[in-house]
Amino acid sequence: MSETQQPTKIDLNNLKSGGFIKERGKDLFTVRLRVPGGRMSVPRLKKIAEVAEKYGGEFVHLSVRQSIELININFRNFDAIIEELGEAAQKVASCGARVRVPVACGGCEYNPNGLVDTQKSALEVDEKLFGTATGHHKFKVAFAGCPFDCPKSATNDVGFQGAVYPQLDKEACISCGLCAKNCVPKAITMGADNKPVFEDKPCIWCGDCVKVCPTSAWSEKKRGYTVRIGGKWGRNPLVGTLFATFLPEERVADFISAVLKWYKEKAESLGRIRLGDVIIKEGPQALLDHLREFFPENTVAATIPPQIIQTQVGILPASSQE
Amino acid sequence: MAVIDLRGVSCPTNFVKAKLALEDIEAGNTVQILLDDGEPVKNVPRSMKAEGHKLLGLRQTDEGHYVLELEKVDE
Repeated sequence: MSETQQPTKIDLNNLKSGGFIKERGKDLFTVRLRVPGGRMSVPRLKKIAEVAEKYGGEFVHLSVRQSIELININFRNFDAIIEELGEAAQKVASCGARVRVPVACGGCEYNPNGLVDTQKSALEVDEKLFGTATGHHKFKVAFAGCPFDCPKSATNDVGFQGAVYPQLDKEACISCGLCAKNCVPKAITMGADNKPVFEDKPCIWCGDCVKVCPTSAWSEKKRGYTVRIGGKWGRNPLVGTLFATFLPEERVADFISAVLKWYKEKAESLGRIRLGDVIIKEGPQALLDHLREFFPENTVAATIPPQIIQTQVGILPASSQE
Repeated sequence: MAVIDLRGVSCPTNFVKAKLALEDIEAGNTVQILLDDGEPVKNVPRSMKAEGHKLLGLRQTDEGHYVLELEKVDE
């Protein structure tokens, strides 16, 4: 070689939360951007487009967890990319055995179905817990604004689902029957006096009665998050189960911190293990007892372990078994 | 009373048609909106309420469709 190559300089501090993912090609990385709740301001979007055009490939990738990923980034450009994205306050996401960027639906500001402000929760959790090392495995959080649950909250380590507990003002009721008609779990039926009768047990706190009521006779008695814990997908899927109800929105970050503390402790010496598998090993009561210390009003009395989903059940055709 | 027949019209066309029809109605007047069972009766009354109109009643007819009665309120 006739030319002497300059040694490559990279600020390794930028890499400590992850978010830079090795690609197939030599020197090439995917840079995963931090987009809590999937909300992207238009100026930031423009800046990302600018950076992608300058340093990336022909396209960006919209990840499954609401990130924009810059593709085909040469690692020598890391510092420049971080600096230029920083001009629009755009940061890089996390990967590996850390708290990931929370996923959330659009929330309640413009979506008429949303019961709680999931965007606010996602931002707050991202701000307080982003990149926290778990010591064991990845840790995913999602916020759904209502029990329609578009974000599939129960497939996350901790999944939050907006909920309201309804109450009826009989005087304001015009006996139209829409609430009973729209109540999917049949918690509301029409009584002999042609007024709705509410039964507590089947109610999933979806608030459809409140939303559909033409005269606001149904209203919210309380509001918060239903919390399911221990979910994951991948090769051995688990569906998270119910651990808390009507958790106030302002206690979400504290709640996740309490779960993380338990996870770190109980997974000690177990290596790369997800929260759901730790709960199965320890029994859900152990985590419930821990949570009840800090959230006595919200922790449920008893629950079941995360539920194993047998995704491989099926019968192969005889010819393929030979 | 004016009748806006939205039977056989699905969401969101039924809501937009109702809005257009209401443009020709004087504030304070009462109208009847005919809606199919299912999604329309679940969505349209709620949207009309969100638009600021005063919902007066909703009843199901023997034929199965719904009659929503409301008073037009000007914003």
